[in-house]
Amino acid sequence: MLLAQLAGADPSCKTFVFEGEGHTLGNALRAIISSYPGVQFCGYTVPHPAENKMHLRIQMSHGKAVDALKRGLEDLIKVCGITLEKFDTEFTNFNQQNSQS
Amino acid sequence: MDNINEEKPRLILREHDIIENNSRISTVFDNQFDVKSFKKKFQIVIVRHDQTDMEFDLIGIHPSLVNCFRRLILSEVQTMAIDKVHVLNNTSIMQDEILAHRLGLIPLKADPRLFETKCDSKAAPDEKDTLEFELKIKCSNNKDSSKKESSRAEDMYKNSNVYSKHIKWVPIGGQKSKFKENEVGPIHSDILITKMRPGHELDLKLFAFKSNGKDHAKFSPVATVFYRLLPDIRLVKPVEGEAALRLQKCFSPGVITVKKDGDKQYAVLNENQARYDMSSRNVFRYEDLIDSVVMSKVHDHFIFTIESVGALPPEAIFREAVTILKDKCSSLLTELSSIM
Repeated sequence: MLLAQLAGADPSCKTFVFEGEGHTLGNALRAIISSYPGVQFCGYTVPHPAENKMHLRIQMSHGKAVDALKRGLEDLIKVCGITLEKFDTEFTNFNQQNSQS
Repeated sequence: MDNINEEKPRLILREHDIIENNSRISTVFDNQFDVKSFKKKFQIVIVRHDQTDMEFDLIGIHPSLVNCFRRLILSEVQTMAIDKVHVLNNTSIMQDEILAHRLGLIPLKADPRLFETKCDSKAAPDEKDTLEFELKIKCSNNKDSSKKESSRAEDMYKNSNVYSKHIKWVPIGGQKSKFKENEVGPIHSDILITKMRPGHELDLKLFAFKSNGKDHAKFSPVATVFYRLLPDIRLVKPVEGEAALRLQKCFSPGVITVKKDGDKQYAVLNENQARYDMSSRNVFRYEDLIDSVVMSKVHDHFIFTIESVGALPPEAIFREAVTILKDKCSSLLTELSSIM
């Protein structure tokens, strides 16, 4: 199990526990999710350096926290796709220009 | 200073503080993230590229994402490195564990994309996940009489220095037809492993596995990877005479050139070198120069530099890193939909 959530009745405020993740994913997700409308608070923490875990807390003013996380992950996937695409086109362009000169 | 306020968001470096050029325009930190506008704004420009080094600009992206790529490259992109050493004989003065550690740090040329990660560390070496090497070397007296007078260790003894070139590849299974020795062995042939004297002997079996920098730094594919904000330097007033030379000294070499026109000399900004300025604020030590320069940094323009160790070309390292993040997110997403 890579993903779990801490107990809590309110679906708009949730803490998700990511097993085996750290600042790498935590900060990227936090940056994207906290910019969404309806998100009141989004923060992450690595509770203990010896424990390979990352907690991501999302508090919503309206809507469900899970949806924000879902959208965050989806957007991050798209960002990766766009980055790869742009990098590849630029790389072929760069090589073409350099082989000409 | 006036037109800089109307442009892209940037940070202006002043003598004692940093201010935004225009606090009313929104930056990457204020904008709501959506994929469409990201796709429109985001730009990649390659500046420099060769076999091991690469420099490119990431424009219009949130710093957290740039840092995420950097961290992924450092600790999650996998490479091959020697991880297990069987010591059959070691009569050199270097202890087994130190020797094994030194061997582990030798970068290998093997392309990690052609190998799998070993799941069970106790399983027998397999051609898909392991590279086997051998280091068998013995030091002896040099009988060559032409070097008799010499007192240099290299002339008096044979094999007194053990280098990475002495490591021989032992193909497992079908590896022999798949790879050539120089495609899997050490990248550099002249890494000194240990020194020996006559009678000393090494007989080692080395096993290289695939892993990432989180496991051990020797698996990291890069010597270093870093990013910095693009510096933007502008000369807003002409600087002439002795002041021009002083101005030149305030910046990194090449950023300011002093041009001579008859007996007059004046400072000119070298546009394509300005990006390499280290952004020291030495200019502000001179009262008369303070008003002639505006130093700033562009908010969302990152100069990203990858220096590969050599196993993977830098562009492949970046692609790997982005793919790792993508895979990570999609596996989390499937898991999320299964538990909710």
